[in-house]
Amino acid sequence: MSQLDELEDQSVYIFREAFKHFKQLCMLWSIGKDSTVMLWLARKAFFGHVPFPLVHIDTSYKIPQMIEYRDRVSREWGLQMVVGQNRQALADGMGPERGRLTCCGALKSDALRKTLSGEWPRMRMQPNGEYVEEVNGEPFTGVIVGARADEEGSRSKERYFSPRDHGGDWDIADQPPELWNQFKTDFAPGTHVRIHPLLDWTEVNIWEYVERENIPIIDLYFDKGQGRRYRSLGCAPCTGSIESCAKNPSEVIVELRTIKTAERAGRAQDREHAYAMEKLRREGYM
Amino acid sequence: MDAATQIVDELRETMHIVIVGHVDHGKSTLVGRLLADTQTLPEGKLEKVRSTCERSGKAFEYAFLLDALEAEQDQGITIDAARVFFRTAQRDYIIIDAPGHIEFLKNMVTGAARAESAILLIDAGEGVQENSRRHGYLLAMLGISQVVVVVNKMDLVDYRREVYEQIVEEYRNFLGEVGVTPACFIPVSAREGELISEAGSEEMPWYDGPCVLDAMDRFTKAPAPEGRPLRMPVQDVYKWGHTGDDKRILAGRVESGQFHVGDEVLFLPSGKRSVIQRIEGFNLPEEPTTAIAGRSTGLTLREQLFVGRGEIMSHAERPPSVARVIRVKLFWLGRRAMERGRNYKLKLATAQVDVSIDRIHRVLDASDLDATTEGKAVGRHDVADLDLRLRRPIALDCASENETTGRFVIVDGFDIAGGGIVSEVVQFGATHRAEAEENSLEAIRANHFGHRACLVAIDGNGADALVSDLERALVETGHHAFFARNDDEPVIEALLEAGVIVLTVGNLKEVAGTTAVQFTVGEARRDIRVQQIIDRLATAGRLRV
Repeated sequence: MSQLDELEDQSVYIFREAFKHFKQLCMLWSIGKDSTVMLWLARKAFFGHVPFPLVHIDTSYKIPQMIEYRDRVSREWGLQMVVGQNRQALADGMGPERGRLTCCGALKSDALRKTLSGEWPRMRMQPNGEYVEEVNGEPFTGVIVGARADEEGSRSKERYFSPRDHGGDWDIADQPPELWNQFKTDFAPGTHVRIHPLLDWTEVNIWEYVERENIPIIDLYFDKGQGRRYRSLGCAPCTGSIESCAKNPSEVIVELRTIKTAERAGRAQDREHAYAMEKLRREGYM
Repeated sequence: MDAATQIVDELRETMHIVIVGHVDHGKSTLVGRLLADTQTLPEGKLEKVRSTCERSGKAFEYAFLLDALEAEQDQGITIDAARVFFRTAQRDYIIIDAPGHIEFLKNMVTGAARAESAILLIDAGEGVQENSRRHGYLLAMLGISQVVVVVNKMDLVDYRREVYEQIVEEYRNFLGEVGVTPACFIPVSAREGELISEAGSEEMPWYDGPCVLDAMDRFTKAPAPEGRPLRMPVQDVYKWGHTGDDKRILAGRVESGQFHVGDEVLFLPSGKRSVIQRIEGFNLPEEPTTAIAGRSTGLTLREQLFVGRGEIMSHAERPPSVARVIRVKLFWLGRRAMERGRNYKLKLATAQVDVSIDRIHRVLDASDLDATTEGKAVGRHDVADLDLRLRRPIALDCASENETTGRFVIVDGFDIAGGGIVSEVVQFGATHRAEAEENSLEAIRANHFGHRACLVAIDGNGADALVSDLERALVETGHHAFFARNDDEPVIEALLEAGVIVLTVGNLKEVAGTTAVQFTVGEARRDIRVQQIIDRLATAGRLRV
């Protein structure tokens, strides 16, 4: 069996465990390549179906093509799309100029936490493509997240099933053991579990799989003749494109094997503070 | 990168290896040295760390290299905090982090459970420490049979052969007792680079074995378990009726063996049989006819069987056992001890069942196998040899026959608190169907409660308060016990019929054909009397085991 087969088998196994054990299950879909590969793996696990809602946090600063892509793919694949937003902060004029970490904290962390808990309204896509507000939603107790261990320090300490306490806090030093594909599927009321099907994947694996499976990934990742492309997607003001002529997954793979800069080098918020990511992560930001 | 290199790259194998050892026995130094010697480091990194050390006036150490990489993590290729990557001519390695400190034993177990081979590190100056023993034992239980023992810091004992040989003798004996046969022992100095990546040491001419890198390259990948008997634990059953897709798909991972379309298969413990109709999948280049070990797959059966999660699919030949009581080796990581009389959840493959301790053969402190104790409980970081009674029979294998269906975890409350391997089936269970036929309603109820109905009559001074305490003690240990304060015989009779342990005060002899277990109590301390009564009821087989 190839390495990609092994990765796929493990991810599928994790998906099926999550679906079996968590009644209030959802998956975060950031529209980026990792969570789109993860969405594809969900379809592998459930034979073309995606039997739980996908949650997207819309900061309102996303690159516009991302929203178009999200809604188109949702309709085509019959996804249960749920969108959350920090309306109050946006009404108060929150934006990256107030400090990137502050902005991420309000528009991503807070919005995510309150959308998952059901405290804030969720926008749910209807079969006709319209979004309708849903209030008093049940809290999600299982949240599937596309984190990879190789991304940066804090993510490598995750388990496949990582418990989060009432405030979404993550106690890195004191996590339950995880062995032999037996995961943490029991949890106290008020807490939830983050589930990581992509933990063992590397950036190159993601692209190899996109290529093998012919996954229709958003085309912002490819150069369309300007000699630039995105390596990582986020909010428009804080995400830079990189110089590259890679026009398809196989060219991206060749490029990745030769360059030595970090994947998230184009992401401004990571540079802001040495422990920025770990901090945001503890707070619940994916 | 040209096409040829790329193909070679895809064919290269990867081995997960764990380096375990007591704190300060030199793990970071060894890893730093391996990275440097295999030229895995980013360009200029070694020189940079060396010059930083020189400027700050401290001696360069390879462990600093690791710290520097961890702090920066700018490359994403050499290290993330839990894994270190490097390659030799032979293959790619992923070193899994396994903290040496006992407080992090559950992290060590989590890391080591993912490894295929291990390096056990011992400090030549300190010799075999408590954790060296514990780690050796845990590796054995985790099923990691490919082990190399590295005796580090030989420079600090002047490379003396007798120091090394004494450690080898002591540790080899210990590992032998727990069933680990190391591939070899290697005396090294990670700091000085002796016997890490080059065989032959001027300092230790008396050693003619392999260096660490060579010993690692001699590890072999375990053969794929395709040739073993088929085991596919049923993970879930899907029926997506709402979209017009009314197939009933059994999903699961083939843990060993393989199956083909048209095979006759058996499900245990239900004992149901059918034939594989189709192998299901999504976005596959062609419809598969075979599913081999390792694959997470799905299938439809020729007959619509109602089999569910927890059953194991096998062929009719060489099926797993259906067990009711199992003898196990277990390690305990929970803060609260594992105790007799309490209920736990056992998870084995996809099965989940309530269990309790049936018998404790021995409990030992894993760090010191001599200290055998007869106990009532298995404490944190202890290892035990136990019989576990399963609330209902499940399908499993002995770990020596099939490791993936022969190992389990124990959940206490919300967390995984222990793990273990099945060494023997003590009592076989009937399949569900056979059992339901031969068991009366009363027996099924008793099986569900874990005990049968029982009438207890306690007489004497202060019996009332004592029976209240007894009722609490029994209920807290999972019994259906009830203090019947009035001698209302029809009520007692109904309670007994419902399978309850009925406690009464006085000298009641018998109710509706049920003879009472009678006690007369005196003036001794009440807690002692409660415990004595519990012990006597237990001995008489009236309580949960």
